[in-house]
Amino acid sequence: MTVLKDMPDKWFPLVLPLQRKKQKGLIGAKAKKSRTEEERRVRANDREYNEKFQYASNCIMTSKYNIITFLPVNLFEQFQEVANTYFLFLLILQLIPQISSLSWFTTIVPLALVLSITAVKDATDDYFRHKSDNQVNNRQSQVLIRGSIQNEKWMNVRVGDIIKLENNQFVAADLLLLSSTEPHGLCYIETAELDGETNMKVRQSVSVTSELGDPNNFASFDGEVVCEPPNNKLDRFCGTLYWRDKKYTLTNQNMLLRGCVLRNTEACYGLVIFAGPDTKLMQNSGRTKFKRTSIDRLMNTLVLWIFGFLVCMGVILAVGNAVWEREVGSLFQSYLPWDPPVDNFLFSAFLSFWSYVIILNTVVPISLYVSVEVIRLGHSYFINWDQHMFCSQCNTAAEARTTTLNEELGQVEYVFSDKTGTLTQNIMSFNKCSINGQTYGEGTDPLGPQQKRLDFTPFNPLADPDFCFYDDTLLESVKVGDSHTQEFFRLLSLCHTVMSEEKSEGELLYKAQSPDEGALVTAARNFGFVFRSRTPGTITTTEMGRTVTYTLLAILDFNNIRKRMSVIVRNPEGRIRLYCKGADTVLLERLNPCNQELMNITSDHLNEYAADGLRTLALAYRDLSEDDWESWSESHRCADKATNCREDRLAAAYEEIEQDMMLLGATAIEDKLQEGVPETIAVLSLANIKIWVLTGDKQETAVNIGYSCKMLTDDMTEVFIISGHTVQSVRQELRRARERMIELSRTRDGGKEEGMEGLGEACFMRYGFREGQQGDGTTGGGDGGKQLGCPPPPPPAPPPPSNLMDSISGEFALIINGHSLAHALEADMETEFVSTACACKAVICCRVTPLQKAQVVELIKKHKKAVTLAIGDGANDVSMIKSAHIGVGISGQEGIQAVLSSDYSFSQFRFLQRLLLVHGRWSYLRMCRFLCYFFYKNFAFTMVHFWFGFFCGFSAQTVYDQYFITLYNIVYTSLPVLAMGIFDQDVPDQRSLEYPKLYEPGQLNLLFNKREFFICIAQGIYTSVVLFFVPCAVLSDATQSTGVPLADYQTFSVTTATALVIVVSVQIALDTGFWTVINHVFVWGSLGCFFAIMIALHSQTLFRIFPNQFHFVGSAQSTLLQPVVWLTIALATAICIVPVLAFRFLKVDLKPQLSDTVRYTQLVRQKKRKPVSRSVAGAWRGAGSVSEGRLGARGGSRRSGYAFAHQEGFGELITSGKNMRLSSLALATFASRHSSSWIDTLRRKKYTHTPPSASGECSPAPSTLSGSVPPLSNSSSVLGGSQDTPIEEETGTATAHKSQTVLTSSAQTTPALASDSESATHQGSPQVPCAGALTTTAVRTNGGDSPGGWTITLSTVQEALFGWRARAAACNSPGSASFAKDNNQTE
Amino acid sequence: MMASSYNAKEEDGHHSGAANHGGAGAVKSKKPDNTAFKQQRLPAWQPILTAGTVLPAFFVIGLIFIPIGIGLYVSSNNIKEFEIDYTGVDISSPCHTCAKNVSWNSTTPCLCSVHFTLKQPFESNVFMYYGLSNFYQNHRRYVKSRDDSQLNGDRSALMSPSKECEPYRTSEGQPIAPCGAIANSLFNDTLELYHIDSNGTRNTIPLVKKGIAWWTDKHVKFRNPGGNNNNLTLAFQGTSKPVNWRKPVYELDPLDDENNGFTNEDFIVWMRTAALPTFRKLYRIIQKKSSSTPTLPSGQYVLDINYNYPVLSFDGRKRMILSTISWMGGKNPFLGIAYITVGSICFFLGVVLLIIHHKYDTRNNSADIPN
Repeated sequence: MTVLKDMPDKWFPLVLPLQRKKQKGLIGAKAKKSRTEEERRVRANDREYNEKFQYASNCIMTSKYNIITFLPVNLFEQFQEVANTYFLFLLILQLIPQISSLSWFTTIVPLALVLSITAVKDATDDYFRHKSDNQVNNRQSQVLIRGSIQNEKWMNVRVGDIIKLENNQFVAADLLLLSSTEPHGLCYIETAELDGETNMKVRQSVSVTSELGDPNNFASFDGEVVCEPPNNKLDRFCGTLYWRDKKYTLTNQNMLLRGCVLRNTEACYGLVIFAGPDTKLMQNSGRTKFKRTSIDRLMNTLVLWIFGFLVCMGVILAVGNAVWEREVGSLFQSYLPWDPPVDNFLFSAFLSFWSYVIILNTVVPISLYVSVEVIRLGHSYFINWDQHMFCSQCNTAAEARTTTLNEELGQVEYVFSDKTGTLTQNIMSFNKCSINGQTYGEGTDPLGPQQKRLDFTPFNPLADPDFCFYDDTLLESVKVGDSHTQEFFRLLSLCHTVMSEEKSEGELLYKAQSPDEGALVTAARNFGFVFRSRTPGTITTTEMGRTVTYTLLAILDFNNIRKRMSVIVRNPEGRIRLYCKGADTVLLERLNPCNQELMNITSDHLNEYAADGLRTLALAYRDLSEDDWESWSESHRCADKATNCREDRLAAAYEEIEQDMMLLGATAIEDKLQEGVPETIAVLSLANIKIWVLTGDKQETAVNIGYSCKMLTDDMTEVFIISGHTVQSVRQELRRARERMIELSRTRDGGKEEGMEGLGEACFMRYGFREGQQGDGTTGGGDGGKQLGCPPPPPPAPPPPSNLMDSISGEFALIINGHSLAHALEADMETEFVSTACACKAVICCRVTPLQKAQVVELIKKHKKAVTLAIGDGANDVSMIKSAHIGVGISGQEGIQAVLSSDYSFSQFRFLQRLLLVHGRWSYLRMCRFLCYFFYKNFAFTMVHFWFGFFCGFSAQTVYDQYFITLYNIVYTSLPVLAMGIFDQDVPDQRSLEYPKLYEPGQLNLLFNKREFFICIAQGIYTSVVLFFVPCAVLSDATQSTGVPLADYQTFSVTTATALVIVVSVQIALDTGFWTVINHVFVWGSLGCFFAIMIALHSQTLFRIFPNQFHFVGSAQSTLLQPVVWLTIALATAICIVPVLAFRFLKVDLKPQLSDTVRYTQLVRQKKRKPVSRSVAGAWRGAGSVSEGRLGARGGSRRSGYAFAHQEGFGELITSGKNMRLSSLALATFASRHSSSWIDTLRRKKYTHTPPSASGECSPAPSTLSGSVPPLSNSSSVLGGSQDTPIEEETGTATAHKSQTVLTSSAQTTPALASDSESATHQGSPQVPCAGALTTTAVRTNGGDSPGGWTITLSTVQEALFGWRARAAACNSPGSASFAKDNNQTE
Repeated sequence: MMASSYNAKEEDGHHSGAANHGGAGAVKSKKPDNTAFKQQRLPAWQPILTAGTVLPAFFVIGLIFIPIGIGLYVSSNNIKEFEIDYTGVDISSPCHTCAKNVSWNSTTPCLCSVHFTLKQPFESNVFMYYGLSNFYQNHRRYVKSRDDSQLNGDRSALMSPSKECEPYRTSEGQPIAPCGAIANSLFNDTLELYHIDSNGTRNTIPLVKKGIAWWTDKHVKFRNPGGNNNNLTLAFQGTSKPVNWRKPVYELDPLDDENNGFTNEDFIVWMRTAALPTFRKLYRIIQKKSSSTPTLPSGQYVLDINYNYPVLSFDGRKRMILSTISWMGGKNPFLGIAYITVGSICFFLGVVLLIIHHKYDTRNNSADIPN
């Protein structure tokens, strides 16, 4: 069964590179606001009033130029590039005759080429930006103008307008919800584009406005809103509505933000508060930065150094010139007088300096930049063309959207990934189930014969045709009427909070809050238990074709602490039954003891499912007698009405009845990963790439996915969870994690693994205990505690130095919550966070806002100097994609903004490995080889002038013909090196995937760095020395066979030039590792070109036409016919190449790199003609793709899958009838009676939970963690995050957690039970009787200090769970006995 | 710099999505072509530096270079060369007086004679060179100070020479022909060679003054204005001789019209600037007369110098060189030695690398990769 989330209409390119530039040009005629807005006042329906404030209009402009401004602005921008300005400067210098040592065209030709190419590119880019801006700005929306609804373009919507939105429409601006067609001013929105969460959220209007209802009333509405200025906080809004002399408080609950989609709501009305660039979406989209690769930056540095070098050479030569002119030149004046302005040697030297700057500028040739761009463009095309990155299902090929970053793909160290839609498909499928000890659904074995997908239609006309299930025994079992199976599906069809919509008979549409639930209900539907409709008091189903209506007595709603939900229904026969589904850990301990045997079997099944990475739920029921029900409902009602501690009393009441249940079975839902995700992650981590998952999802979901995609594994040394709510607690948790890591890696390194670990463990716990007691004490206190508490083994390491952190071995993982992250990202803690997180193999951040995602990325960029890559698919990933070095958008799933702001896009996560390991690696390799060679060839070329300077009176005479200088970089040597830069491969693509270690040189930046650069330069200089002095020595005495001396300038020039071209060609031949036809054509072609052009330029024909331009007439022929010249060239080539060859050979022979070895083995294999190599590779790949490595999975940790995307509050909503359309509501009266009370209840809950310590603070961290959020709203998401989350006292939680671990580790004999009891204790609170005595006391002693002390976050439970697991693992090791003893002593 | 926008897909991204559902089968697949080029699977030769390829290469280079070097060295040694410095720096030198007195302005020629002895006879053709030292013919301002249009016989350039010729562009209001510093500093010593036979009589040795310039220079690059048949005096009317010259360009060789004006070979040879500050230029050729007698038998010779060219002011030197040539040109011991050295080094390197390779070879020849 698959529940596909509602696909939003393809979202138009709304979030585009938002240039926060001056609003110049035509549209933004409005002057920029001079003062920063302090508060915003908006009066509805009063444009004149609002215009006073000059709020931004709803028009967005991302384009940079228009037709008139294009040329000047673009040129101005281009000349901001240092290189371009430099060449312009050179050009000007060349126009001064006394300085000009080269003709002007040697510079202007390449410069014009570069400028025009860039201009064309910029123009096309901007054209597309204009188009998409227009598209967005011209979308229609319905605006209330002068009492009537009129269609207006988006760009004409103003702040203060009232807009009407219809179902499935995008919200045009940030609106204050005024009313909706749904009762109570409720409306539903999907925020996927904003924060990536796919479940729907509820928004409600202020009650006074919701009563207004229709446009006629709104025309006269003149309320004024005073609120905060535009900001980027998605989950927060503070404002007040003044209307009819009354004040109404506005919160985020009343806001509809731009980018959301209206769902399940016919229409609603909203008042525009923020428009265009002020909207939260745009504020969150961050700034577009021009991304540069690290090679780019290195290149720029090197270019600067080369400039420095150039100046040095210029100075040396100028000094030489001064000396020469004084000693020789002044005497030589009878033959060669000084040029008129020159009257002394110093001035001559000054001019000579500039002349040399012109000549030697070719060390930084302008063609460098052009060539780099061309190479990158080539690589981008290869990415676009790659069939292996083409997804046939969605018919999308990979796309390199920017061409500037390719080689950076070969250097990535950190990958930041979104979860939903990136790692997962966001499709839940009901995969397996265990009913009464029988497991069904073994259809996923890829090796076995492909089982047929079951066809439900003949059996059940109401079945969902999209549902997939492969095990027909289950269907048989239903058909034969097995009571357990039927009860199992009955439960699934009754116990949920799904809403149904039946447009026509049989066409059922389920609206589930979480896709998990949808999957379960759909499964029941297909197996003959069809949920048809519900009213606040009834549930109607069709069971095996028979319509049955159950009376819904109560919904015991889900929350994060309970981790289960129940319904109590009365069937038509009048029997009352409680159906419960929930996390196995919670549920199994509430069973009737007679279930023991079944529980064991089911528990085994659950373990199996968990090992497969499935989300599990256990199902149980309990028969209630009428008396039971009566008495319980009485106590329930009582609890419900309680004014204080209502929540706890309700929980207690629920607890009371959810006992003694009978186990039915378990379900396993697969949160479908995208294809190939675990392998990709495995390969990437083998390549030493660290993967961080940043998700807006809840912690459990994220952790679960972490396990199923093998980021987290059970053999990890430890998984740390940071979920503190205060700065101190986060700091403590981080420090603890670090100390733990150091401890563990020390013990590991020390070789005394088991015993040490045990001791460390004990110490750790004790230390934790102590620190817990110290509470929010000074941060230094923890260290002291540690020193005291820990006897010998782990020496104290107070603030762990970074080098220690770097050397940490062992597999750790870190999970951090959004609100903790907010603290961790603060300036004083970020280094701690980075050092902790970077020591971990895997990091998962949950509940993070889009901006936090970007902050995390920025943090790593700032502290690690590593290349980061962010991959995501939704609008919530845009900021992260933009701030990472490389942004990758997953196309074809959610909207399109992620793709639009990305640098690369493809449709499957698994293509990432090919993008990085194949394309990135190649790109990096090619770019490095290209740069090395390029600098080499230009130094070899240019430095000859330097040496010649010493023989020509430092007069800036060039060695070569000016045409040779012009063409050398553009024609003679450009193509072979371009071919190498585009086509070179050291190892074939499948090898790079086979040996991910091949990726490491890129990360370590080994192939091109300053050292390599100096080697290239040195080689270039060496070559130039050889190229100058060898011809110099040979030709000075040599003569032609006709007796004419060869030492004339032109012969020398031709000889040197020829030798140079040949030497660099041989060198490129050595550098090229992959000789395709193109390489051959280019290398030989370039050589041929050189000779052809030279002979042409030295020909008589050209000379006859322009005698003044071609001085070299006849030089080529007469020179190249001389055997001495060829002998000289051969000699120079040999002297240049032989040492290089020897060094390379030695390097490959003595210290082969992995790529050399791989290459070599390939050669050997080819020679041996072994077909084995193929099959080996095939086998490897095959193994990788075998069903996500499931077959080999060992028993994994169990992860309950209860409604991971689920939020509480829906139960209440259902029973109150609020969310039901009036049309579908049978009892109209029912709703009105309860309506106000429901809202009140919500309110009450909110405020009772605000601890006194929370003070009046307006924004505590955007803390939205599950457990800590008072169970108040279905919007406890990032978006709807409550502003009044209680600030938790770390004391309680920490202590409870620590004591918990002690408890569990001593109770290791029954691990499953232990974990169960553990969670029980955590629900904790003194009123749970079954909690261990120790725990209770611990909790009590510490909890006494703080009012909120008993509140234990779910994350703590999780932490404990993980901690327990790690410990349990430790206990299984030989030293466990001593360890256990130790624990006892500690206790 | 060149962010790509070659794919406008995003523009209609949402349309194409719709089309996929609607257009039944008519949707064009965007699957990239499966060509070897696009998939980067072009057949390629992948050379690897292995002992099997590199070491033989070294030996082969060595084996080729050493014999060539020996050949070059031997043939260079067979070449006879005689050089004599006649600058006259030394007081004992016969040209000392001339050297001290001569300047560009002196009108009277200064003559001096240098005696020398050839110990070995010079067989075959002998080439006579003059050599200058410390003369910066390769200076940028010097090199560019000429007008090739003018030298090519262009009339307009003749009357208004290029600016490059400054300050030797005009003289007394008239354009200089040939203009520029190179032409202005034309070497104008004349050398005559006499063999003193056993009787003590001076036998003039005939010096051929044609065929000393490049063919292209003589026939293409340098042409007199107004064609060859015209009266040169007329052709150069309205121009002025270079400042340092004693006679105008059309009187360089009044005996031979072919060798006069811009096409005068001595002039052409001078105009081909040297690469280095010490250089030699071909002056005359002594043709071999008969196969039986050497061109220059061993014995006493006298070099008569018409000393016009001042070089002492910049510490320059003037030489006269006599040389025979072989197949590879003049005497050039460097090339042979260099070849022998490089060849030996290659051979030696080959041996060293072979030893290193055998001793430290870390690579096993199997198809396994230590991972």
